[in-house]
Amino acid sequence: MINSPENIKKTCKGRAFKFGDDISTDLIAPGRLFHLRSNLAELAKYVLEDADPEFPKKVKQGDFIVGGKNFGLGSSREHAPAIIKLSGVGAVLAKSFARIFFRNSINVGLPALICDTDRIDEGDQLKIDLEKGIIKNITKGIELSFNPLPEVMIKILNDGGLTEHIIKNRGFNL
Amino acid sequence: MGKTISEKIISKHSGRDLKAGDIAVVDVDVVMSQDGTGPLAVSQIKKMGFSRLKNPGKAIFFIDHASPSPRRELSNAHSVLRSFASDTGAVLSDIGMGVCHQILVEDFSCPGDIVIGGDSHTCTSGALGAFATGMGSTDIAVGYALSKTWLMVPHTIRVNLIGKLNTGVFAKDIIIYLIGKITSDGATYRALEFAGPVSENMDMDGRFTIANMAVEAGAKTGLFNSDEVTKAYLESQGRGNCFREISADPGAAYEKIIDMDCSVVEPMVSQPHTVDNAIPVRELEKIRVDQVFIGTCTNGRISDLRIASEILKGKKVADGTRLIIVPASRKIYLEALKSGIIETLVESGAAVQNPGCGPCVGVHQGILADGEVCLSTQNRNFKGRMGNPEAFIYLSSTATAAWSSVRGYIADPREVLK
Ligand code: SF4
Repeated sequence: MINSPENIKKTCKGRAFKFGDDISTDLIAPGRLFHLRSNLAELAKYVLEDADPEFPKKVKQGDFIVGGKNFGLGSSREHAPAIIKLSGVGAVLAKSFARIFFRNSINVGLPALICDTDRIDEGDQLKIDLEKGIIKNITKGIELSFNPLPEVMIKILNDGGLTEHIIKNRGFNL
Repeated sequence: MGKTISEKIISKHSGRDLKAGDIAVVDVDVVMSQDGTGPLAVSQIKKMGFSRLKNPGKAIFFIDHASPSPRRELSNAHSVLRSFASDTGAVLSDIGMGVCHQILVEDFSCPGDIVIGGDSHTCTSGALGAFATGMGSTDIAVGYALSKTWLMVPHTIRVNLIGKLNTGVFAKDIIIYLIGKITSDGATYRALEFAGPVSENMDMDGRFTIANMAVEAGAKTGLFNSDEVTKAYLESQGRGNCFREISADPGAAYEKIIDMDCSVVEPMVSQPHTVDNAIPVRELEKIRVDQVFIGTCTNGRISDLRIASEILKGKKVADGTRLIIVPASRKIYLEALKSGIIETLVESGAAVQNPGCGPCVGVHQGILADGEVCLSTQNRNFKGRMGNPEAFIYLSSTATAAWSSVRGYIADPREVLK
């Protein structure tokens, strides 16, 4: 499965923050903050604020975003997964992802995992082992599996993201 | 076995015989980003240690989203793009030129090309028969530097547009209706291929509108065969020489085939806050509109401005309603000026702004107030899209938008188009 390059934690543990279906990139990194796109650290202070105004204040290192179907639909802005990662989130779990968001997440080194998120509630303590491919819901005492990533994406993620992959290989090595 | 358009184009660009589900590194013909995604692409190119671009003549940076810049941070971001383009020989499309996707189809994309763009609506070029798709800044950075990307050949959903378009019904109504049926993730990871008599008889402007919104169903791209209509369009742009015939083989394998009878489609709107929340205008209760916006990469073309001017001629925008009109490109703006369309629109009370994205993404030029309602011809009505999460956005065709601006509420254009 997934190794652990320096910038991606092999295992992480934290709380689940639950969101609904169709969380758009306009909710994650809204256009009204367009001027902050060249300042990701500042933009990250508003991550998902339009979906849950308290979220940026509450989220801690290692926590998880848990969505429903079609997470990340909308714009191609890579800033969306980039600021989720910057806010400390260890992985995003959803029933399904919009295509560009999914690809961008892997490129920035943010694990985006497809699993049955109906079995996770707000505030549940989760532990994820990327190498073993297991999500433990500690609060509920259950284990969930997640869909394996395509081989090319595992390679990119294992290098730490697309930039690192290209630097390492001086081009694609997929 | 026969191939879909995606299988043909991606095979050709990888030098291998590929089918849906295969993954390959491919050569790309056109790479672009805009002022929201370009600066991050530039910093990624630098971080990866590249100082030259493989094909600068087909590497384009657009300044269209915040154009002209409404604030200092964005002016600085623009300046990054201007100097990077000048250092590397990349093409800069500066303020006033227009929306990236429109300039791509006017000046850059060709049938059979692979086009990647740092903007989700890059799929618009699919109307020319190009495999065109949106990606994030890092993928685009690699595309700029190496003219390569990796792609999974998508499975294809074929949409046969059959029947005929009734009076007052436009390409925009067709695509809103379709997305209402298949939902916002009904085509995720898939290509949509449009065919059938209605698409064959459709002008390029209509095809652009439909291809543009393929991503609103989650699709990777929205494709049309290239044909005589495509050829005539390219010739009108002075690019007849880039015409190639691209079409799906008769025996191509589709994941699904949808036969959509266009005769039953009425003027449609998407209600807040998702595109698939679709309903015929006729079934809406009277919804007052504070702002009407006609423009964008979806519906800011000459045929849009023309139908708007036909509807608005000799009439006035309703009291209490504002009408903003933004031509998608400079070429379109000039054509509308020369033919008197702009004069008619301005006389009716419209505020006509310079080519670009206008208020579409909530950066400038028409941000909504709390609780306000906007009817827009754009492609997306997500909460917060036009700069205010407390506002409500409805989407429609240009005819519906123009007529609603006269009425002051969302109104059926068949009242005036007979
Ligand atoms: S007009 Fe709107 S949808 Fe089109 S590129 Fe500009 S911001 Fe995006």
